[in-house]
Amino acid sequence: MSTTAENKAGFGSVLWDYLTTVDHKKIAILYLIGGLFFFILGGLQAMLIRIQLIAPDNEFISAQFYNEVLTMHGTTMIFLAAMPLIFALMNAVLPLQIGARDVAFPFINSLGFWLFFFGGIFLNVSWFAGGAPDVGWTAYAPLSLFSESHGVDYYAIGLQIAGFGTLMGGINFIVTVVNMRAPGMTYMRMPLFTWTSFIASVLILFAFPALTVGLFLLTFDRLFGGNFFDPEMGGNVIIWEHLFWIFGHPEVYILILPAFGVFSEIIPTFSKKRLFGYSSMVFATILIAFLGFMVWAHHMFTVGLGPIANSIFAVATMAIAVPTGIKIFNWLFTMWGGNIRLTSPMVIALGFVPTFTIGGMTGVMLASAAADFQYHDTYFVVAHFHYVIVGGTVLGIFAGIIYWWPKMFGTMLNEKLNHWFFWLFFIGFHLTFFFQHFLGLMGMPRRYWKFLPDQGLDLFNLISTIGAFGMAIGTIIFLVNVVMTQMKGEKVSGDPWDARTLEWAIPSPPPFYNFKQEPLVRGLDALWVEKMQGNGKIQPAEPLGDIHMPNRTFVPFVISLGLFIAGFGVMYQGAMWILAGIGFATTFGAMLYRSLKDDIGYHVHKEELEEEGDGSNG
Amino acid sequence: MAEDVLKSGNLPENPERATLEGRNKFMGFWFFLGGEVVLFASLFGTYLALRNSTVDGPTGQEIFGLGLVFLMTVILLTSSLTSVYAMYHMKNNDFKKMQLWLGITVLLGFAFLGLEIYEFVHYVNDYGFGFSTSAFSTAFYTLVGFHGAHVAFGLLWIISLMIRNRKRGLNLYNAPKFYIASLYWHFIDVVWVFIFTVVYLMGKVG
Amino acid sequence: MKGWMTRFKAVMALTVMALILSGCGEPFLSTLQPRGEGAAMLLELIILSTVIMLFVFVVVMAIYIYVIIKFRQKKGQEDFIPKQTEGSHALETLWTVIPIILLLILAVPTVQYTFAFADVNTPEVSEEGEELDQIWIDVTGKQYWWHFEYEGLDVTTSQEIYIPTDRRVYLSMISDDVIHSFWVPSIQGKMDVNPTGNRNEMWLQADEEGVYWGKCAELCGPSHSLMDFKVIAVSPGEFEEWVEDMQGVTGEEEPETATAQAGQEIYEENCLSCHAVGSSPNKVGPNLTNFADRDKLAGVFDMTEENLFEWIDTKGEEMKPGNLMVDAPYDLNEEEINQVIEYLMTLSPSDVTPESADNGVYIDSDLSDLFPEEEEDADEESEEDDEVDEDEETDEETDENDEE
Repeated sequence: MSTTAENKAGFGSVLWDYLTTVDHKKIAILYLIGGLFFFILGGLQAMLIRIQLIAPDNEFISAQFYNEVLTMHGTTMIFLAAMPLIFALMNAVLPLQIGARDVAFPFINSLGFWLFFFGGIFLNVSWFAGGAPDVGWTAYAPLSLFSESHGVDYYAIGLQIAGFGTLMGGINFIVTVVNMRAPGMTYMRMPLFTWTSFIASVLILFAFPALTVGLFLLTFDRLFGGNFFDPEMGGNVIIWEHLFWIFGHPEVYILILPAFGVFSEIIPTFSKKRLFGYSSMVFATILIAFLGFMVWAHHMFTVGLGPIANSIFAVATMAIAVPTGIKIFNWLFTMWGGNIRLTSPMVIALGFVPTFTIGGMTGVMLASAAADFQYHDTYFVVAHFHYVIVGGTVLGIFAGIIYWWPKMFGTMLNEKLNHWFFWLFFIGFHLTFFFQHFLGLMGMPRRYWKFLPDQGLDLFNLISTIGAFGMAIGTIIFLVNVVMTQMKGEKVSGDPWDARTLEWAIPSPPPFYNFKQEPLVRGLDALWVEKMQGNGKIQPAEPLGDIHMPNRTFVPFVISLGLFIAGFGVMYQGAMWILAGIGFATTFGAMLYRSLKDDIGYHVHKEELEEEGDGSNG
Repeated sequence: MAEDVLKSGNLPENPERATLEGRNKFMGFWFFLGGEVVLFASLFGTYLALRNSTVDGPTGQEIFGLGLVFLMTVILLTSSLTSVYAMYHMKNNDFKKMQLWLGITVLLGFAFLGLEIYEFVHYVNDYGFGFSTSAFSTAFYTLVGFHGAHVAFGLLWIISLMIRNRKRGLNLYNAPKFYIASLYWHFIDVVWVFIFTVVYLMGKVG
Repeated sequence: MKGWMTRFKAVMALTVMALILSGCGEPFLSTLQPRGEGAAMLLELIILSTVIMLFVFVVVMAIYIYVIIKFRQKKGQEDFIPKQTEGSHALETLWTVIPIILLLILAVPTVQYTFAFADVNTPEVSEEGEELDQIWIDVTGKQYWWHFEYEGLDVTTSQEIYIPTDRRVYLSMISDDVIHSFWVPSIQGKMDVNPTGNRNEMWLQADEEGVYWGKCAELCGPSHSLMDFKVIAVSPGEFEEWVEDMQGVTGEEEPETATAQAGQEIYEENCLSCHAVGSSPNKVGPNLTNFADRDKLAGVFDMTEENLFEWIDTKGEEMKPGNLMVDAPYDLNEEEINQVIEYLMTLSPSDVTPESADNGVYIDSDLSDLFPEEEEDADEESEEDDEVDEDEETDEETDENDEE
């Protein structure tokens, strides 16, 4: 996972390198490792859930533990697996796609990762400190106030820390796209993955603060005697639901849009055709994001908001199907008339299309407010959001990892194992979740520790559990593939897929300064343009000169560690307040240090660059 | 090149946006403020939902004193103006005057913060209006307190910038820092205008 | 509007048949086998949306399969460079406009039905054109059981709610602790049961007699999945009889056998502070007026003496994790428990029981006897209630209950 020189340098220095790095490519690797770790953890929790539900009236795990597991499964998968894995891809690819040497805020980029990391660890400490949160990932008040263990406090503070990190990551990518594009890289020449990541970042910026506030209110109520959600004191429990879903609905688009972007890169590459209807794809992305903020109350149709509000939100939600449909058809017509190569990323993309279409279909069904009175909080909903999040986001992430693996590591995952992974995961997925639609319609609510015998629910639950094992085996094969590939360490060229966009114009893995000379972009699919009209190499936009690079820094780690420590103090209070003191002092001290100490970076000199060859892929 | 950014004197017209780093900071901070708008909007929404949930505690009408709050408003708005002067002098490359006006801004900020603390103490001691008194009190202290915390953070930020750069003057490296600190200060003022209207005026009138 | 819906009826009928044939769930639980007006309307909507969406899916899949087969790379064509199409305005307009039309077809009945379900103020009209009395039931959700009070009828019950078939029953719902959600899949869609502050209202209507399973559909704690209840739909005449029988219970009736009498004494000493027999505002624990007639113990267990013994003995700790009875201070020995059980098994004030839902007896009634002269007052009251600020109203109610 690192260059040979560093391997020779020994474990300690590699560790230090990663703890202090501000290089977006290394931060991508950190996000990838962190995200995969939590993905496995969340997957194990999913297996516990499915084993518990393998048969009626099962006593495999206790009710209390079951609630903890289901809460942590949702929370982990959304905040600690899907989000960081998307950030991994964004970090690895986005700056390269727009021809930037780095992101706009390398320091903040690193801070974002370490906040996510410590937030995730903080949340999971709860397992060993009296019990994990047990109120669902939505943590509806007042159940979240009734919960007796410190689990919900871990949830609120852990997500708060991780959420700050996400917010910073979002701002970083917005500014990177706005300010750091190479000459000629106009907005309408940006690859679609960059576009969708950009829009997702905007969503992060405007959605996460609502969660921040919600979590603060929850923390105040639980730890500091606040009354936001206490009906006895005039509080209103519905406020939490609104705040949570004002964040929560855009969040699902934050998860899915970058996945759309990934497929919009893979499908043209392996069809050897430019993306069909590029501008309408961009427009559809923006429209989805915009509408995404208008529909949060469709998670609350049964709350009793009244028929007027329900109708408005129902129709607004249905409207989202239109731009999403545009995307599906544009992908299909990108393949139309193409020369389709069935590589593993392409096969995953082909698996995604029907799966996501089904998820979209059930989404429209759920949007029908009255009908939702039957679907709401049943396994129908569970099936729906797994079809969009696993069928969309997770497949997108895996397709993206496999597709950009050579760019990130300079090696190629074994294609045969990739296909095995995909088919096991894909078939397992459909077995697991397709029948859950019917379980819901047959009267099985979600978050049920037990279902009873003689209610006609046995068979589909059993099939669902069997499918889950298929997904688990598929994932294991993927991990084996990763380990084997990295052990072998066979290097590949900079452009092993014969791809179209700028990131494939430089070596794999790219040098730490990415582009020796700023590239000149001459059209959409910059590399393809050069392949067709030029000599296959990107023209430089500037003469070779010194390159300005940011310094490495340990400060982001320290800032995040401080908040991690402070979290315990705030939670346990009493004598533990001292921890809060130490923690906040560490954090603010580190911030002050950062603010006072000049950090102007350094330069890679022209002479050094000249020694290193021509910097194109080869 | 790298060292150039630390040289003071002879700066271009908009020193805060003269370098790529400066432009990034400038733009990133605007986006950050966009996020802050959502943060305060959520807090305002919560406050509006709970402003009549006073249970047995006092209502806003009973405790708010518009005189004090009006004074606070004047002070904070004035501090916004003084920070504009500071930025004006920054663009004229007059470091001393910039420091002076920033100093006045900080003093006004402290005055505001002091009055706010006095206000809170007054509510708690004279009306028994604590954080846990009712849903209204919790929402009130959270909204106004969040703003107060922003003010306090802004003060520490500006002070540390002033102290750090007191000797070396203005350069391309610190100009963006001063500039975004003043942006932040304006933002805080704008939020306060909304608090003054939504919390105090609306609370007093109806 | 109803007119064009009928066009879909044929398709729907076929689809419904197909679903039932494939055995989709049990009739007492499944939304796919509706036994009431509400669930039937919702199934129509579900099928309409499914049909529209399946149409889209078929179109997508047709193109998809064609594309994969036709344009897959052939041997010897590895270097073929296809035409780099930018897009097509005609096509893109097509697949923007058609989905909009399809969504409008779905949106219209959605809005219609959403309003129909929210309407709890228009009384039903009998065949003779008279307005029927509205039966209102106050529902209280608690961790992990349900409490029901029949407004103006002086009847209180828990866990199992009796309703007359063929007419609407109106529910006014509130929670005493966390958020629950009231769902009887085969009769009606669900509605959240929120804590003080938001009283939600809905209606139920069953076409056929039967014992229908109700579920809590909002995570409410460890025993969320065990918070089941039953809706027992009986013919209107039987319902009337049941109400009258329930009204007569005072809780002071002396059972016949000596053991049961002893049990009653133990009950009065140890249980009465939480569990009432007869109509009573007490809702710390479930009301036991017709306990012996229950279809299930604690919502989910078979109504056997063994189960009941275990429940009383262990206070349901293992049977319903997290239930609040574990805090009850009583301490009974085996004999005492058996005596209490014997007493509880005498609590059967009515001949109308869950079996009455299956016995095929249908007695008609317009239920007007249940609502004598004060009928109008009751109506006015409930209307007034609707207008009063909800917060205040419910606060008062809880206060009153506490005092009594």
